[in-house]
Amino acid sequence: MRAAWTIAGRELVSYFATPVAAVFIVIFLALQGALTFNLGNFFARNQADLAPFFTFLPWVLLLLVPALSMRLWAEERRAGTIEMLLTLPITAFQAVLGKFLAAWAFCAIAIVLTFPFVLTVNYLGSPDNGVIACGYLGAILIAGCYIALGGALSAVTRNQVIAFVLAVAACFVVTASGTPLVTDFLARGAPALAEIARRISVADRYQGMTRGVIQLRDLIYFASFSGFFLFLTTVVIDHRRAN
Amino acid sequence: MSLLIEIAGLSKRYDRFVAVDRVSFSVARGEVVGFLGPNGAGKSTTMRMLAGFITPDAGSARICGHDVATDGVAARRHLGYLPEGAPTYPEMSVAAMLAFTARIRGFSGGELSDRVAHAMRLTSLEQVRLQPIDTLSKGFRRRVGLAQSLLHDPDVLVLDEPTDGLDPNQKHQIRALILEMAPRKAIVISTHILEEVEAVCTRAIVIASGCIVADETPAQLAGRDPARHLDTVFRTLTAEAA
Repeated sequence: MRAAWTIAGRELVSYFATPVAAVFIVIFLALQGALTFNLGNFFARNQADLAPFFTFLPWVLLLLVPALSMRLWAEERRAGTIEMLLTLPITAFQAVLGKFLAAWAFCAIAIVLTFPFVLTVNYLGSPDNGVIACGYLGAILIAGCYIALGGALSAVTRNQVIAFVLAVAACFVVTASGTPLVTDFLARGAPALAEIARRISVADRYQGMTRGVIQLRDLIYFASFSGFFLFLTTVVIDHRRAN
Repeated sequence: MSLLIEIAGLSKRYDRFVAVDRVSFSVARGEVVGFLGPNGAGKSTTMRMLAGFITPDAGSARICGHDVATDGVAARRHLGYLPEGAPTYPEMSVAAMLAFTARIRGFSGGELSDRVAHAMRLTSLEQVRLQPIDTLSKGFRRRVGLAQSLLHDPDVLVLDEPTDGLDPNQKHQIRALILEMAPRKAIVISTHILEEVEAVCTRAIVIASGCIVADETPAQLAGRDPARHLDTVFRTLTAEAA
């Protein structure tokens, strides 16, 4: 575990040593703010909650998180540093876990930096802060899923653009599959598929959390979703040693 | 004589191209093996398989008795490896990069700073210790890679072109360092510079088209040519294989 933490620490520092951190956080906050206030009718709703904020958050994350995850392995491969990293006395899983933890912690920092929204609704009214905290937890868990998924796609390619596009598409699929647009469409033709689509979707579980409901099965879902893709990344990294 | 590196029947092919074909050799403590061959002969592929970065199709490699395929972490604990091109994280400073590898290798606190300082002293990196690696010249970057491989004082050193891109003074310094460490370690270096083999190696292995074509002392190798020119011998051996 120590090796994974060491790798996570190095990666996290490197985000802030390059313009990656500043650009990501500024664009994330600007986009999230613009969507919440303008498209989300934050003020016109006249309600002291963060419902529009949490509605847009997964969509902003699915666009931006792949920009972080695309470089996880593709960059190491391109720069050749993967050879240095994987010939250190660590297992592939430790490297995968370390990189995942760093990107996840970075996303969590970006998400937590939206705290002025919380201050605003608290200033304007008296929201249920428990529900808001629960929504934040959901957002951080959804970011973890996107990173794990995007990281697996980054491991299969040396090209960062391909890693990015594949990750956005894959994150979109696992998010959109639970929205009424998709489930209603499937329900008309194949009701069984609609149920499957809803169950595999990260959005459905997240919606529950933004309403203040934390269920153990949802937490298990998020953990196993990320865990599965971390495992898959490890398999890909180990397999690629053979090529 | 204890064998620290044991390679048996190591093979690797990419589609139809055979990169390494049943390569076997062992290296004992105190030996410095010069690994020679033209570009594309399979030097780097063999070293990568030894370092556990590439999985061989057949054969085995052991470092200090640990199989690199089945007991990789234990094997790599005894290994200092300088990959081809000495890749390092460009945004990190020299000291941070070395501290990172030291921490991965399990050092902490005062021992970690001692190890990093010692590795920087051996490779003359002190004056650039806080500089980001991407601002350094090629020679310095190579020495950062070398420092990273020496840091934990490993039993086995595998260095892929350690003096590539260094100026004559730096080359001399690295050779002196290798000679100084030689009695305590098993060292494999790959190089294109034949004079280097005569200067530091106790044994030379020539590889061409994935096969070993010579494995003897540099003097024996030079003796194959009446004029004792290593480059003539090298050209003859590798041309025969190709």
